[in-house]
Amino acid sequence: MAEDNTPAVLLKNLNKWYGEFHVLRNINLSVKRGEKIVVCGPSGSGKSTMIRCINRLEEHQEGSITVDGIELTDNLKNIDAVRAEVGMVFQHFNLFPHLTVLENCTLAPIWVKKMPRKEAEEKAMYFLDRVRIANQAHKYPGQVSGGQQQRVAIARSLCMSPRIMLFDEPTSALDPEMVKEVLDTMVMLAKEGMTMLCVTHEMGFAKAVADRVIFMDKGEIVEENEPEEFFSNPQSPRTRTFLEQIL
Amino acid sequence: MATTANSKAKLPPSSPVRPNPGKASVGAIGWMRQNLFNSWFNTLLTLLIAVIVLRVVPGAVEWLIINASFGPSTSEECRVVALQDHGACWGSLWEKGRFILFGQFPYEDQWRAAIACLAITGAMIISGFRFMWRPRLIAVWAVALFLFFWMMGGGLGLPDVPTNFWNGLPLTLMLAVFGSICSFPIAVLVALGRRSSLPFIKVFCVLYVELIRGVPLITVLFMASFMFPLFLPEGVSINNLLRAQIGIILFTAAYLAEVVRGGLQAIPKGQYEAADALGLGYWKKMMLIILPQALKICIPPIVNSIISMFKDTSLVLIIGLFDILALAKASHQDPPWALYFGEFYIFVALIYFCYCFSMSKYSQWLERKLNRGNKH
Ligand SMILES: Nc1ncnc2c1ncn2[C@@H]1O[C@H](COP(=O)(O)OP(=O)(O)OP(=O)(O)O)[C@@H](O)[C@H]1O
Ligand SMILES: [Mg+2]
Repeated sequence: MAEDNTPAVLLKNLNKWYGEFHVLRNINLSVKRGEKIVVCGPSGSGKSTMIRCINRLEEHQEGSITVDGIELTDNLKNIDAVRAEVGMVFQHFNLFPHLTVLENCTLAPIWVKKMPRKEAEEKAMYFLDRVRIANQAHKYPGQVSGGQQQRVAIARSLCMSPRIMLFDEPTSALDPEMVKEVLDTMVMLAKEGMTMLCVTHEMGFAKAVADRVIFMDKGEIVEENEPEEFFSNPQSPRTRTFLEQIL
Repeated sequence: MATTANSKAKLPPSSPVRPNPGKASVGAIGWMRQNLFNSWFNTLLTLLIAVIVLRVVPGAVEWLIINASFGPSTSEECRVVALQDHGACWGSLWEKGRFILFGQFPYEDQWRAAIACLAITGAMIISGFRFMWRPRLIAVWAVALFLFFWMMGGGLGLPDVPTNFWNGLPLTLMLAVFGSICSFPIAVLVALGRRSSLPFIKVFCVLYVELIRGVPLITVLFMASFMFPLFLPEGVSINNLLRAQIGIILFTAAYLAEVVRGGLQAIPKGQYEAADALGLGYWKKMMLIILPQALKICIPPIVNSIISMFKDTSLVLIIGLFDILALAKASHQDPPWALYFGEFYIFVALIYFCYCFSMSKYSQWLERKLNRGNKH
């Protein structure tokens, strides 16, 4: 484990291309342990791509990504080590539909961490309880609502005891009445000191928990600031246009 | 996913209530007018089919049933039925049926071949029950296959029977069962290989599938039977039966691989990403997340491939193996029984039909069942 003053996530001069298309341009970002970061920006600006690079769902071509002191290279060991540290929650939940809610949560602990089944189930029930869905543990994902599915997805990640959580628009596929239950869960997580990187346009959430808000456009970080300043006094005209559109 | 949760509330697309048919189409005449004579073209087709049916069916029924004789008969009695009454002599099957089923398997030991067939058929039926889709199914097949080889081959107190006497239904069943069981893992590996990012593996799998799919099964069987031994070192020989079996396995695997690949393609990218993000390695991701979902989607087409392979096993007659079709042919080449090829082939067709029709019905039932399961 790295010392406490090493950043949880460090992106240095990160560049990525899809063929000719330059999707991430010279990204520099340092996330302290326990810090909560909200990433926003127009569609196609590279937000998802950036956070997906952090657990190697995407490869980068230039620059470096260091997670908890481990640098992401082609080295499979490092990739596994980083993925063990980092949990991810997706826009479309991506629960495993052929497994029950409980099995979704115990699968990785049992097969990746070699945890005994009983212990894994206890741990899963603990987190399902935390996200207030323990009573649905034996249902299949298709049998519970979207908001519940997303909370299961959060619990599934937490069962791997990650030190960093990535969220990619976790509420944007949800019906409005379910957004709150998921955001509440995320606020709870934030209060417990989890390091979080969250792509979201939920400005209420950003104001409530974010330490920093990052605005991306066309593959660049255009502006980063504390939430108060960011919303009340945006520096760049691009940020201003964007905020006018979503607020 | 969020949308499927709501879909239960909606009405099914085709409601059972038909629009009011109106006065003209009440009753049988109305139905006929609406369905059989609703345009000049349909009227023409209806009449044409009626003529054909009236010409063919009475003759067939006469031959099959009315003029036919059913009891056990000698070849002389059968000759009378066939030449004077112009009917089928089903009695010929009393004489030749057992030969068609078991061929040259030692006559007084044919109960063993019968048990072998029952063991396999029983295991097939048991596999159909969904509550048996657990590891215990492997135990069922292990027992069935043990019983099969013990009964067919002998040993443990039973006299040995060499494989060239394994004819008829046991042979057909064996080729089909191993054709499915062994080709399946190969198919899964090849399907995964075709999607692999390692170029060598990918090219190998693509070549394999395309080569096999590019030639008829007969060619594969000829290769397995006649060419393969040429490549073997001096003194090493592989049983002809085994060679045919390998040919069928390799052939079926190529088709199944394409079916499985289709299933793999239907799994959303998000499932791979979620598994990656949780740190599951390639094989765990495939075995625990991707394949269980992909295979479930393609169970019906897999059953289809198995049905078609079941029938294709009859091609082994051209490399000198005696399956039920080859035995039917041999039966009517026996001069006293030369007239009764119709009876023999119908008998064999019925056997194929029983197996294939049940599998086909089963796969339709299963498809409905699984679709319902998906809608939760
Ligand atoms: N696999 C890919 N191949 C080629 N281009 C891609 C690929 N994935 C994403 N892109 C492109 O990269 C750009 C950034 O995509 P990304 O998904 O990171 O945007 P985003 O900021 O998350 O947008 P959104 O808010 O719509 O999710 C987009 O223009 C997209 O078209
Ligand atoms: Mg995105």
